[in-house]
Amino acid sequence: MLKKWPFILMTLTMVFALAACGSANNAAPQGDAATGTDNKAATELTGNILAVGSTALQPLVEQAGQKFMAVDKYKGIAVQVQGGGSGTGLTQVSGGQADIGNSDVFAKEKLESGADELVDHQVAVVAMSAVANPKVGVADLKKDQLVQIFTGKITNWKQVGGADQKIVIVNRPSSSGTRATFEKYALGQKTEDLPGSIQEDSSGTVKKLIAETPGAIGYLALSYIDNTVTALKYDGVEANVENVEQGKYPVWAYEHMYTKGEPKEHVKAFLDYILSDEIQKSDVVDLGYIPVSGMQVKRDADGNITK
Amino acid sequence: MEPIEGKAYMEQNKRSRGMKERHYWEEWTGRIYTSVCVVFLVAVIVSIVYFVASKGVATFVVNGVSLQEFFFGTKWSPDGEPMSFGALPFITGSFAVTVLAALIASPLSLCAALFMTEIVPKSGKRILQPAIELLSGIPSVVYGFVGLTVIVPLLRDVFGGQGIGILAGCLVLSVMILPTITSIMADALSSLPGGLRESSYALGATRWQTIARVIIPTLLPALLTGIILGMARAFGEALAVQMVIGNAPHIPQSLLESASTLTSVITLSMGNTAMGSVHNNALWSMALVLLLMTFIFVLLVRLLERRNRI
Repeated sequence: MLKKWPFILMTLTMVFALAACGSANNAAPQGDAATGTDNKAATELTGNILAVGSTALQPLVEQAGQKFMAVDKYKGIAVQVQGGGSGTGLTQVSGGQADIGNSDVFAKEKLESGADELVDHQVAVVAMSAVANPKVGVADLKKDQLVQIFTGKITNWKQVGGADQKIVIVNRPSSSGTRATFEKYALGQKTEDLPGSIQEDSSGTVKKLIAETPGAIGYLALSYIDNTVTALKYDGVEANVENVEQGKYPVWAYEHMYTKGEPKEHVKAFLDYILSDEIQKSDVVDLGYIPVSGMQVKRDADGNITK
Repeated sequence: MEPIEGKAYMEQNKRSRGMKERHYWEEWTGRIYTSVCVVFLVAVIVSIVYFVASKGVATFVVNGVSLQEFFFGTKWSPDGEPMSFGALPFITGSFAVTVLAALIASPLSLCAALFMTEIVPKSGKRILQPAIELLSGIPSVVYGFVGLTVIVPLLRDVFGGQGIGILAGCLVLSVMILPTITSIMADALSSLPGGLRESSYALGATRWQTIARVIIPTLLPALLTGIILGMARAFGEALAVQMVIGNAPHIPQSLLESASTLTSVITLSMGNTAMGSVHNNALWSMALVLLLMTFIFVLLVRLLERRNRI
């Protein structure tokens, strides 16, 4: 008998340890809510904000978070930013593990359930352009040509007036928000993954591959485009900030920061801060996004455009 | 005489009982501490296996994807109409890359290990061992980047085509698993049962005869263990391979055409898919396949170790 009781003790310790872990997790959001209400009377807000999701939006939220925490009024609020992808962000905010879910796409395009509970805060716009290796000899593609390239019907650049060079597609994985945007607004249809196409998720790698692989075509956010690749005009329209803001260039998407229900006070303070001129006119532009305030057109989840 | 003796005996007995009691508690604190650690470890392993298995099995049980489609289907189109979840291209990709990497790395590793232990044991230990350990300390993203900047353009220039693909992947992997295989082989070689080497020399055998006829056959199971652990590492490596293999969800026609592995697809898509969706579950099923493969590798190593002992 004596031999057994240390094991019983140990098992109990384990149970308690696990129980403690569990309750700590459950307690966290409640704690936040409590501090939020406790401090309503006081002018200073306190609390923790966890923003998770889109890696495309991550740099902006991180930079804005740093500046936000440096503001005297908000020094009681701690902002923590994690990547993980749009799907992760939406799942976590929907499940209550994160306060903010960053996403490149509308929640209802990604989530099977629970999208209705989420409140959308559009903080920036990202425009993207088809880009090609500089040696292909093409600078302008019609929508129809682009569709035929990405569906594999056109396989050589000379078919669209360029060099005699096989086309190599550098695509994003089918779950990527960037690809969803490009397919929806540039191609107008979903495409299949073709044999021999290359898939990468990181914009840096995509740019490197397009710049180095003969005959490569892909698409990149405007902030990533430099002179190592050729940005292709779309139906004769150049991809630049002005054309996007005026609604002439269609390949763009909002960057969303979702909250579950209306945001708590300290979370709202952060979202308002990102939408303030201080961030919109400096950080948003510096990091290559387009300020949402400058947009002359609006778009809903189904792609309907309103002036 | 007798009472004194009895008293001394009792005194000694008392002291030793005190000592015994203290040792008893020391013993038990130690045991409890280590047991807690072991139970914690087991709990972590069991929960990981349970988590991956429950999510991986959900694809088949909840979402109704057939096992046959998953393991033998060649069409991977989770967003298409209709959706299809054929993971065969990724499974073949993973195996192709792993086997080729092992084929490239094993002979090199064996030579390096023999050189370190049989030919120049002193400078081998002093210079080569740290150099090889250094290789295993380099983060895989660095290997991936070097692969993308050096190996891919090189293959493109030499063979034409994309440069990206299984060949680039297995070249990068073979460098990555080189240190694992070499250090395990070197350890095995330096633990050669005493006297065998000397007896062989005493019989007049040359160094090469000794290596080829005595050392390698004796240590074969241990050497194979090194190769299998290297393969296990190659099978599970994600980042470096993802950067150079291209990730098209198709079985490639040549070694120089874009292909995928299980790990590269998981890392590419996991963050972009919502938890609980079919696409996400299918990725977990692939993770389960990886986990089962790891079990098989461990099992093989165990079997070889058993053979080694006899």
